[in-house]
Amino acid sequence: MEYFLQLFFSGLTRGSIYALIALGYTMVYGIIQLINFAHGEIYMIGAFVALIVAGVCTIYGLSGVSILILAGVIAVIYACAYGYTLEKVAYRPLRGAPRLAPLISAIGMSIFLQNYVLLAQTSDFLPFPRLIPDFAFMEPVAHIIGSPELVILVTTVVTMILLTLLIKKTRVGKAMRATQQDMNMARLVGVNVDRIISMTFIIGSGLAAIGGVLVASYIGQVNFYIGFLAGVKAFTAAVLGGIGSIPGAVIGGLVLGWAESFAAGYISSAYEDVFTFGLLVLILTLRPAGILGKARKQKV
Amino acid sequence: MLKIQNIQTFYGNIQALKDVSIEIEEGEIVALIGANGAGKTTTLMSICGISPPRSGDILLDGDSIKGVAADKIVQKGIVQVPEGRRIFPDLTVQENLEMGAFLRKNKRLIQQDLNYVMTLFPILEKRRTQLGGTLSGGEQQMLAISRALMARPRVLLLDEPSLGLAPLIIKQIFEIIRKINKESNTTIFLVEQNANQALKLADRGYVMENGRITLVDSADKLLANDDVRKAYLGI
Ligand SMILES: Nc1ncnc2c1ncn2[C@@H]1O[C@H](COP(=O)(O)OP(=O)(O)OP(=O)(O)O)[C@@H](O)[C@H]1O
Ligand SMILES: [Mg+2]
Repeated sequence: MEYFLQLFFSGLTRGSIYALIALGYTMVYGIIQLINFAHGEIYMIGAFVALIVAGVCTIYGLSGVSILILAGVIAVIYACAYGYTLEKVAYRPLRGAPRLAPLISAIGMSIFLQNYVLLAQTSDFLPFPRLIPDFAFMEPVAHIIGSPELVILVTTVVTMILLTLLIKKTRVGKAMRATQQDMNMARLVGVNVDRIISMTFIIGSGLAAIGGVLVASYIGQVNFYIGFLAGVKAFTAAVLGGIGSIPGAVIGGLVLGWAESFAAGYISSAYEDVFTFGLLVLILTLRPAGILGKARKQKV
Repeated sequence: MLKIQNIQTFYGNIQALKDVSIEIEEGEIVALIGANGAGKTTTLMSICGISPPRSGDILLDGDSIKGVAADKIVQKGIVQVPEGRRIFPDLTVQENLEMGAFLRKNKRLIQQDLNYVMTLFPILEKRRTQLGGTLSGGEQQMLAISRALMARPRVLLLDEPSLGLAPLIIKQIFEIIRKINKESNTTIFLVEQNANQALKLADRGYVMENGRITLVDSADKLLANDDVRKAYLGI
């Protein structure tokens, strides 16, 4: 039972990170039907910015949690700027072009950003400081769920609640939903759709950066390639949940996280990926649009 | 107030509008009739900046709005009820109406207009929290008109508001259009295949064929015109 709970919480932690990144894929796809392949790189850049900020903060003698918050905030700001620029430079000029063009542009941006960080930093793994301390009050349950996991879970839950409020309650959120449902009609009620698309990239990038910082301080190392792997997993989660669906991304992330964790724990960690992608194939066979995905209606 | 001057609109290489000119005076109801594929919807989408014309000009109160972004055109007071209603399916009725008032800031006036459209179409009050996509065709048309009214339009463009509706509901909708025109002096540009009803409501009418305007006259004269009667009134 203890082992089960341990796997449950480690799966939940992983899954919530996948969900956080998957949200960026799914929100962008929902609005412009583009798979933003460079999204994983934004996650990676978030982690690198946090590493640099953490380094500077350590010199000034700040402590763990305050560094984590400061590094997180700056990483998010940077990532938002990258996301905004990415859309403006690589996707906006291709609006209205055949669908393959922005897709190729996305892959190009992914390769560009990876190599940019590779050249600007290094190809080696860099140690990332463990910024999350072991809380005393977690002592009794530490064998099931550790302090870093708790911080990750609390952060992702709070972030998702804020995102939900933004989308459900605010004027911008309503405009985002309207744009997703019928872009030209949104224009006809006065929505500046370009601004909404920028906003979507900014929000998605911010979420990815939060994920990047949390994972980096949990795992304890970063390199230029971490965005690719995290991106593939999160993209899988988004497809699993039904690409375009926001609750779908969260569910997809959690299902994937648990599948990996339980497969590694009960079968073998060598078969972890075989099992998860097997699950993906199975679910997509039964539900081609994903768990919560709707078959897209043809627009007239 | 709205002057369309010799516009040519293309979809890729296909020319949908050929040298179209239309003039609409303040407070008028003007009808545009024509068969399927004539270019009626394209005309409205050209005015609204969704399919901007390649050449020609569109003037609102003498100022060109050609090439102006669609959201800025709404800001200037030209608002469309599009073909097929295009209700936001996963927004509630209330949210759909709020989207209609997207560019307005005064909460009190928005609330006042919300109450106004609910008295115009009481069924919307009952459906307030329901998703737009779950409404019937007639209810969706009422919502689409109400959503447009929430923007307080100076010029209201309507694209086939009677399409697919029962005669009784069509009658109700046309009465409301007349009321909107009379009560708030809203200029109306009405696209219809239901030529009889449209011309009875309108002051003047235009007939469009294959992307060109072929006839312009007062609505009464068009109703009496033999060619129009044969082609569009089925008489
Ligand atoms: N998005 C588009 N891409 C290419 N061609 C289009 C597009 N929309 C319309 N057309 C073409 O432009 C022409 C005019 O179409 P439009 O929709 O304006 O006609 P309409 O008068 O509104 O017809 P209906 O009464 O059937 O609504 C048609 O030949 C149509 O095939
Ligand atoms: Mg049409």
